[in-house]
Amino acid sequence: MPFLIYALRRALQAVPVILMIMVGAFLLLKLAPGDTVDALVGDMGGADAQFIARLRAEYGLDQPVWVQLWRYLAKMAQFDFGWSYVYEQPVSVVLLDRLGVTLMLMCASLFFAFTIGVALGAIAARRAYSVTDNVISTLGLVFYATPSFFLSLMMIVVFSVKLGWLPVGGIRTIAAFYTGWDHVLDVARHLVMPTAALSLIYLAFYLRLMRASVLEVAELDFVRTARAKGAGEGRLMFHHIMRNALLPVVTLLGLQFSTLLGGSVVVETIFSLPGLGQLAYQSVIQRDMNTLMGIIFLSSVVVIVVNFLTDLLYARLDSRIELS
Amino acid sequence: MKLTRLGAMLAGALAAAGGPALAQDEEPRRGGTAIVHMVSEQRILNPALRASTGVYEISGKIVEPLVDKSYDGYEPVLATDWSSSEDGLEITFNLREGVRWHDGEDFTCEDVAYSAMNLWKELLNYSTTLQQYLEAVDCPDPYTAVFRYSQPMPLELMLAAMPDLGHPVPAHIFEGTDPLQNEYNTAPIGTGPFKFVEYQRGQYVIAERNDDYWRGEEYPYLDRIVWRFIADRSAAAAALEAGEIHESGFIGVSMADVERLSEDPRFDVGTEGYENNVAHSTIEFNHRNEALADLRVRQAIYHGLDIPYAIDTIMRGYARPGRGPIPSTGGENYTDDVPTYPYDPERAKALLDEAGYAPDENGIRLRLRHRPAPWGEYTQLWAEYFAQAMAEIGVEVTLVQNDAPGFLNGVYRDHDFDTANGWHQFRADPAVSTMVWLRSGAPVGTPWTNQFGWQSDEMDQMIDAAASELDSEVRSEMYHDIQRMAMEELPVIFAIEHPFISVTSKKLRNHHNTPRWNSSSWYDLWLEE
Repeated sequence: MPFLIYALRRALQAVPVILMIMVGAFLLLKLAPGDTVDALVGDMGGADAQFIARLRAEYGLDQPVWVQLWRYLAKMAQFDFGWSYVYEQPVSVVLLDRLGVTLMLMCASLFFAFTIGVALGAIAARRAYSVTDNVISTLGLVFYATPSFFLSLMMIVVFSVKLGWLPVGGIRTIAAFYTGWDHVLDVARHLVMPTAALSLIYLAFYLRLMRASVLEVAELDFVRTARAKGAGEGRLMFHHIMRNALLPVVTLLGLQFSTLLGGSVVVETIFSLPGLGQLAYQSVIQRDMNTLMGIIFLSSVVVIVVNFLTDLLYARLDSRIELS
Repeated sequence: MKLTRLGAMLAGALAAAGGPALAQDEEPRRGGTAIVHMVSEQRILNPALRASTGVYEISGKIVEPLVDKSYDGYEPVLATDWSSSEDGLEITFNLREGVRWHDGEDFTCEDVAYSAMNLWKELLNYSTTLQQYLEAVDCPDPYTAVFRYSQPMPLELMLAAMPDLGHPVPAHIFEGTDPLQNEYNTAPIGTGPFKFVEYQRGQYVIAERNDDYWRGEEYPYLDRIVWRFIADRSAAAAALEAGEIHESGFIGVSMADVERLSEDPRFDVGTEGYENNVAHSTIEFNHRNEALADLRVRQAIYHGLDIPYAIDTIMRGYARPGRGPIPSTGGENYTDDVPTYPYDPERAKALLDEAGYAPDENGIRLRLRHRPAPWGEYTQLWAEYFAQAMAEIGVEVTLVQNDAPGFLNGVYRDHDFDTANGWHQFRADPAVSTMVWLRSGAPVGTPWTNQFGWQSDEMDQMIDAAASELDSEVRSEMYHDIQRMAMEELPVIFAIEHPFISVTSKKLRNHHNTPRWNSSSWYDLWLEE
């Protein structure tokens, strides 16, 4: 029961937050020069005045900003995110169509970055200042310092152009019509390089944080006590040190879930992955206001939910923390 | 390299005619999937609603025009022949019999009449102006379409416009619906050699062979065409090299990659097939600025630009100096008998002195805010060169970066610029394209029109008269005069004339064999495996 009350309170708190985000985003986007008709006409290579006026009236862009905002919020309250004039589909359809790819990419990247980063960080800390630690730490620095666009292009050159092992981009082989496991393997092959490109910087974050955290926790009294009581190194590491050292890493995990969407813009664009990141980029360029607002709404909800889950996990890992 | 490329471009038609001739000696192979790169995806795929090269690149294989362009002139497609009444008020197209839409219905005059009156005249960009005097399309029989106008329409102009602005849609699919909301706008039904199969947003479009194509059962040669959307130009170049795509057109990869791949024996790199899509890289002036309203200042700016240098470094030689609003591929309407402004910084400085813009203590004569159009890498490079070249003659240029909507609003609506640069495409006839840069009276906010604050009654009259002149020789002379006046008055500098560039795998055969090849139907394209 206390948990349900806590969850309900968090959900209610989220409503004004999302409303503020949406109103702020709407007004900010309106401040940007041009609208979707300008972008459309730009794509077409020109149009005459009647055509432009007709489109602007049809899209409701000839109305004052506050009228547009009110109409948008009224629709949003009914979970109607409007029509995408770029994709000629309801925004909800466009978003759902792209959500799967981005979730696959984000989850694969987070899983890869978190597990490998935490493991390498722990190994580096346990062998602090050794050759192993130096190699791992240097690798972490390289990952940290390499921009994802550069890494993406270099991987394409090496693994696609030179070696021919992996596809340059896309989410599946077009016109190959794979089904079943062949389709799954085909999608997995297409996700290898984007996942690596998106996750390596986060892997470096987790690695460095985990290493520092393990080193810090290993010096604490309760570890010394446990060791004095005869706990083995394995038990010490996994039961006492890791569990406590993970707390700041879990916090980072929650925070970085939101920034991953930003990172996926670059990676999805380079690898032509039809996900939300690429959609967000295209929507900005094409001033597809409704789609962009839909993405902002979706990412706001995702961040709020992930933060909530992070808090739950935090309480689970550290019994001193209570949900209240 | 430079001479080779310029030579290739100048002899574009000849070169392109030569290439396919070799391919035609070989036995075409049936089957295969051609995969084509596109930088950005298209909102709709209906060429009767959107006049845009991006739309034609895909829909041109599915939906056919009445008339297309070939290196020998005009090619009958859905119309077999055409004629005009002496007074120019009626243009008659005889339509091809035995053509069926992809859903099996017959193509007839009803389709042409519906499309012309409801889409071309009412909704299609560029065409609403072209067809503004169209009163009706009569169908005396199912295979004759008579276009009736209230003002004379030159047959030459109509034919020049038809490849881009003359795609009929099936009336039985569109009649009784709102054409803008019709679901077939993104799933087109045409008469072309390929049938629409699937449009996966953000990924690809697939079209497959039309087994019932009117040219005969041997056509088309390909089983399928796939258009892949790859926004990142470097990734597109890598996909070409990895063999994942066969062609990237309209300068879809960076100029550095164009140059690199031109030395790769696996690819044909060139400007052939774009003679109908030639563009000008421009310098546009805001004549509301007192300094720029002075002709001597505009002349000084032109003299300050080393155009051959810019062509070599930015366009890698795939271009030539512009000679006004009509490119050298403009046929009889083009003349190179116009004033020119060769690179001469000293002359430029003297002109600025004469106009009263002497250098201040920092050596600066004039300060300009310049908006570069975000139409790709070379437009940005051209802006940077412009700023650099102007610094040499004491003109300080500040670049104001913007994205597409920002640029269009800043220049064409808000007039918030001193100078701007972009490129503008010539569409076969001056009356349907480049004259809008010079004709005054376009409503504020209309992109790619004369929003420069420059107005000339004489120019306006010449443009209007040429648009309705029926005698083609007289019409050509009129356009020569317009070109000369544009080069004398310099309302805009049409600095560089360039076709687009394609990188094509040599596995594709019979490619770039028409002057608007990327927009054409590809019925005779085949793939060597």
